[in-house]
Order: sequence, then structure tokens, then C-alpha cells
Amino acid sequence: MEELRKELADILLADRKDRRHLIALLQKVQQKLGYLSREAMLAIADYLKIPESTVYGIATFYNQFRFVPLGKYPVKICMGTACHLAGGALVLEAMARELDIEVGGITPDHEFSLERVACVGCCALAPVVVIGDTVYPRMTPPKVEELLVTIKPASKKAAK
Amino acid sequence: MTFEEIQKEAKADWDSLYHGRAPHILIGTATCGRAAGAMPVVEAFNEELARRNVQARVTEVGCIGLCSLEPLVIVVKPDSFAVCYHNVTPQMVPTLVESYIQNDDPCLDLALGTVEAVEGEAVYIPELSRFEHEHRLLMRNCGYIDPVNVNHYIANGGYTSLVKALQMEPAAIVEEIKKSGLRGRGGAGFPTGRKWELCRRTPVQPKYVICNADEGDPGAFMDRIVLESDPQQVIEGMIIAAYAIGATEGFVYIRAEYPLAIERLTVALEQARRLNLLGDNILGSGFSFDIEIVQGAGAFVTGESTALMYAIEGKRSMPRARPPRSVKAGLWGKPTVLNNVKTYAYVPLILSRGADWFSGIGTENSKGTAVFALAGKLVNTGLAEVAMGTTLRQLIFDIGGGIRGSKKFKAVQIGGPSGGCLPEEMLDTPVDFDSLRRAGAIMGSGGVIAMDEDNCMVDTAKFFLDFSQRESCGKCSTCRLGTKQMLDILEDITAGRGRIEDIDLLIELAEDIKDGSLCGLGRTAPNPVLTTIRYFRDEYEAHIVEKRCPALVCKELIAYYILPEKCERGCEHCVLVCPVEAISTTEKGIKVIDQAKCSKCGSCQLVCPPEYNAVIRLSPPDSVPARRVEKSG
Repeated sequence: MEELRKELADILLADRKDRRHLIALLQKVQQKLGYLSREAMLAIADYLKIPESTVYGIATFYNQFRFVPLGKYPVKICMGTACHLAGGALVLEAMARELDIEVGGITPDHEFSLERVACVGCCALAPVVVIGDTVYPRMTPPKVEELLVTIKPASKKAAK
Repeated sequence: MTFEEIQKEAKADWDSLYHGRAPHILIGTATCGRAAGAMPVVEAFNEELARRNVQARVTEVGCIGLCSLEPLVIVVKPDSFAVCYHNVTPQMVPTLVESYIQNDDPCLDLALGTVEAVEGEAVYIPELSRFEHEHRLLMRNCGYIDPVNVNHYIANGGYTSLVKALQMEPAAIVEEIKKSGLRGRGGAGFPTGRKWELCRRTPVQPKYVICNADEGDPGAFMDRIVLESDPQQVIEGMIIAAYAIGATEGFVYIRAEYPLAIERLTVALEQARRLNLLGDNILGSGFSFDIEIVQGAGAFVTGESTALMYAIEGKRSMPRARPPRSVKAGLWGKPTVLNNVKTYAYVPLILSRGADWFSGIGTENSKGTAVFALAGKLVNTGLAEVAMGTTLRQLIFDIGGGIRGSKKFKAVQIGGPSGGCLPEEMLDTPVDFDSLRRAGAIMGSGGVIAMDEDNCMVDTAKFFLDFSQRESCGKCSTCRLGTKQMLDILEDITAGRGRIEDIDLLIELAEDIKDGSLCGLGRTAPNPVLTTIRYFRDEYEAHIVEKRCPALVCKELIAYYILPEKCERGCEHCVLVCPVEAISTTEKGIKVIDQAKCSKCGSCQLVCPPEYNAVIRLSPPDSVPARRVEKSG
């Protein structure tokens, strides 16, 4: 806990001690740690002198916050309207099958995590998959396997 | 620096872009351009120019709105005309540099057209057929100016409206906006001038101005493009609004999922501050106002105005009952004007060109233009800005280019999860606030998704309801529980477990949710279901009575089948791709799908070579012909 507090010191001290900045604080902490750990949320509650339940209540309300770490290759499947109509659900299924994890999960080797997102705004390229910062356009179930192989040949096997 | 001096400097900077001595390359690098591969093109230009030792500037610009043609590159050449190239790849870059930058061949075969009109064969971009139907106000600069160079905005008339406004009585500005007939572009269409007037007259200080950039509708990205391509017009509109109502502090609430828009807006705000267009004592007028960016954390309901204010306060964004209205008691209980990105962007134009000019565009009750994000099965996907009153048919066929391939148009979904699906016979509906509402849809966010015969309307309704149900904040039980019940029923129908009375039950639930919910999310969540029942009831009935999905989409009602007479026996594509090993080969070499094993992922159909095209979908699943008994092999 002490160590974490030190790690978060820059973030916590940069903002004014104001309830108003709770969401921004959570965003910055998540940016740094990759997710919101229980200890991090306790540290924020302590810093702002608000109940822990309030912090947890906010963190669980908004879609952006996650409570498990991201994989080295965070996979996001777009589930926006255009992607849905172009078969996004089949791509999601294929990805979950290939990685052998559920939405919100992470592979045991921590290489891949899988999330669904509402819309990444690349509707002309639907359906899309985003891995890290790269958008992969016009995906299909057969392409999912190919994509994972090019991203990390070894880890696909490990995931299976 | 006086504003005249600022303008003079801006003009010089702008002239160097389009009339400089060196060639200038403008590359569209908004989020959509980047997704299509614009950044490697930027890199390729930089490398190629360095390699050939060519003096030229490369500038990243926003989006011209033609998503299906990205990446787009404009080459501006001194003493010649500017040409816009489409679908540019890094491989094309050496050709472009050699042919047009170093020599005089404009490579018109690779070009979309010219940016200035020229004699000869070249197509002048504004004369492309789709642009003849467009009326670009907010998008006039998009893709042509550098969004992170305030000089470009100023050189094109930017901030003259602010200068004019600061010399006007605040009440006169409100009058002008009222007279223009401008209605809020967030979707509901509340008259902007009236909102400002109510806030102005509330004798409480401080007051706040908020810009709603929490564009949460899946399939809409107009606000993002405006902010990524020409952010200063939004800032100028907000400053004028603040002056008109007497606010000193403003907020832009923007989705964290829009990192590039946030980055460009942050730079734009900084530049406006540096020129004293924002901040203390703006241009020496005595009026002070500043804008802070607040990043949204992802919740569709935050787009509702009272919810958004709670989000800025660092709370859960759950809508509250009105009154009191936000213009009397909004952010931190103080009078607040909240408008959409586009609403603010119209304000400078209205002040510079006049309320009468603006109200001359559009229909009787919906003035000005509307920006739509065209997506789905269209030839030309991207953004379009049209005068209010343009018909859906013009939007889809004249601008969108109609449906891709040889497929037939089935429906258009407009307004996102709050909107509705309209069929062919409603295509002559004009796009304005009132006509769309009468048709059962709404203007909403401006997402327009075209669907063809391969899209199932029940599945589409289920998709939107699934979204609304996930995003319901949970405050009103009709919304929280009602949308879940509706979703359960739709899941039953699409899985072949529907009962014919379910259709009426859906309508009844929909009416109750509309009546019993506090905010727009709940009140409009049933719209996709209601409109699909209204216009496509036969599809619901086919699912329920015949257990058949006419569009061959709903997984539990379809089966994949390999036509034996079409199957090329030596080919193994489907066998190899099948993830569940459901495809086997008969003695005669024909491939057969084991229906019990099939996961219906559709991979076999995708990989079956088009010259065989042997894999088909059938519905209901029991219509698959029984396999001829063959000798065991």
C-alpha cells in the first residue's frame, strides 16, 4: 500500500483535493496502472477523504474503468451499429474462441485481453478490431486467426 | 496585439499554405483517416521528400468527410492547381512526388479531383455529384485547414464574429440567435436562442457554458470530425454564448474514447488563449472567459444534459427530474447553458452572415443544415452536410451512392439507439426535426445506417435494445427492467421461441417505458422496436410463426449447407477453416456439414471460392435436405 501510494503520489498531488476531480483521478490512475486495483481505489478515497463506496460506485458506473489488468495486446472488438450489421458479433465469437477467453478476460500468459467497445468511429471500415492503437479493418472470422498469428506467433499457441 | 494585427499575421501564414513558393502536401489524419492508414502515408511523404531532396511542406489536416476514399492527400503546387488524391498508399507516394511535385503530371487517374477549378478534363471536387446535394457550413473548412493552426481559421474569417459580438449588447446577440431559428443539434431540437434567453434572465452568478461532445451513439461521429478538423469554430461559438448569457467559465465534456479530438482541441484552446481570444479581458473588451476540457468516462446516458452536469461534478451521471431546468439551476446548482458541438459551431456563422441568411436555409421549423454520418451498406460512407429538408432518398442514393453490390435497399436506421428504422416507402421523408419524429424516428445524433436485404430487422431492433439496456443507468424501473424484458422477448423471437402475442406485449411494454422514464434514453429506447414492428411486422411474424429468418441472419434460425452439385471436390478450403471440425468429405469427395457440430460462424461460406459459391444459408434450419444415405466410408 505504501509503495502504491508513492507510485500514485505524482497523480494525487497534481490535482486539487476536490471531489470534482474524482473521475479524472480514476482515469489518470488507470492510465498509469492499466486498471484500477482495490488498493488504488482505497488510496484515492483516502486522499479525497470520501467513502470508499463512493469511489467504487463511480468506478463501476462508467464503462471506461476496469478492475483487471489489460493484456500486453489489448484486443477490442467494435460492436457499433455498422460493425454489427457487417458481422461484428461473429468476429467477437471467433476472437473469444481463438483466445479461449470471455469478454472482459485475459489469457493466462497475460498476452491478450478481450473487450467489446461501443463504437470506434471507423464505420466505413466495418467490422473493425482494435489491438493496442492499431485498427484492423474489414475483419472476418477466418481473418481473426491470421491476425493473431501475425501479432504473436508463439502466444497463440500458448493461449490455446 | 490588435485583432487587425492578428488577422494580418494569420493571412500571411495561410497564404504560405496555398500560395507558397514550395509545394505543400496536406494529408487527412483524423481518426478515420488514420484507421485507413494515413500515418504511414505521412511517413512515406516525409521520407520520399528527404530522399529526393525536395523542398516541400507536409501538413496534417482533418477530414473532408469521404471515409470510403481515405487516406486522402491534397498536393498544392505553386503556379499550378491543387489536386486531391484518394485511397493513397505508401507505395503510391514515390509516383506522386516524382510525377506532380517534381514534374508536371498531375496523375489525374489517381485523383479524386482538383481543389480549384481548372480548364480541361480534371474534375473540380465541389462539382462531384455528391457535393451538389450538400450544403457545407460547419464542414466548409474540414480537410482544407490545419486544425491545430489558429491562423488558418482566422484567415478564413474566423473570430470576426467574436469581435463583432463583443461590440454588441448581449441581449442583441440572443435576439439574433432567436431570430435565426437555430435549434439544438444534440437531437431534441430545443430552440437555442430561447435557452440562452432563459439563462441570461436568471439573476444568479456565476453562470456556466457547457459543450456536449459526449457523442455516444454507436455509428455517429460528426462531432468528432468537427473537433478534429476545425475546432476553433466551436470555441468561438462558446465564447460568444458565454458573453451573451454572462458566463465566465466553460466546459467541453468529451469522450475519453476520442483521444485525437481531445489533443487537437487542447492545442486549439491554447492557441486561442495565446492570442487573447480566450482568457482574461478578451481582446481588451473587459470580458473574461475560459474553457476547461473534461474527459468523459464512457456512459451513453451522460449525453443527457442533467446527467452530464453530474459527470462534470465528479458524480454518477444519472439524469434528474426537471424542473428546475438547467438554465435556472444546472452545474453546481447555477444557471447553465448546455449545447451540442455543432450548435456552437453555427453561432459564429449566424453572427457574421446574419440571422436572415441562416433562416433562409432549411424548412419552416428546422433551419440551417444537418450533418449526418453515413454508414452501413452504402457505396459512399462518410459525412454529409445537407440543408434541413433534404429527403432521406437524396441522402442515401444521391450522396451515399445507394447500396453496395447488387443488393436491394431495405431500411435506413436514423438517430441511433433512440431512433427508428424506416423502409423504402418512407424515403421521401424530409430530414428535419418534426418530419422524422412523425415517422417514428428522430434526428438524434445524426447517424444514418443503410441496411440491405441481408440485414434482419428483428436482429437490428435487438441490437439497439441490447445497447440501451446495457446503458440504462438504472434510476427508473420502467427503463431498467422494461428494456431487459423487451430484450428477453426479442431474444426468444430470434431464437425461434417467440409467441405471436409477444408482438403486442412488446408494444405495450414500449409504451409503458416511454411513459415511465425520466430521460431521453428511456423514453426513446423502444423506438427501434416500435418502428421495426410498424414497418416490418412480417419479419417478426416469419420468425415467430415459421421459425424462419428471412434475411438469414438469426443464428438459431439458420443452417449452413453445402450444395453438392456446386462443391468442387478437390478443394479443402472449408474443411481447413472450420473451427469446430464440422465439415467432412464423403466418398465422392463432396463436403458435408455436420449440423450438430456447426457453430454457424460462417467461415466456410467466406472462404468458399467465388467461382464455386457452394455454401448457402437456409432458414428454417430443418429445411436442409436430408443427406442421402451413403455407404459408410
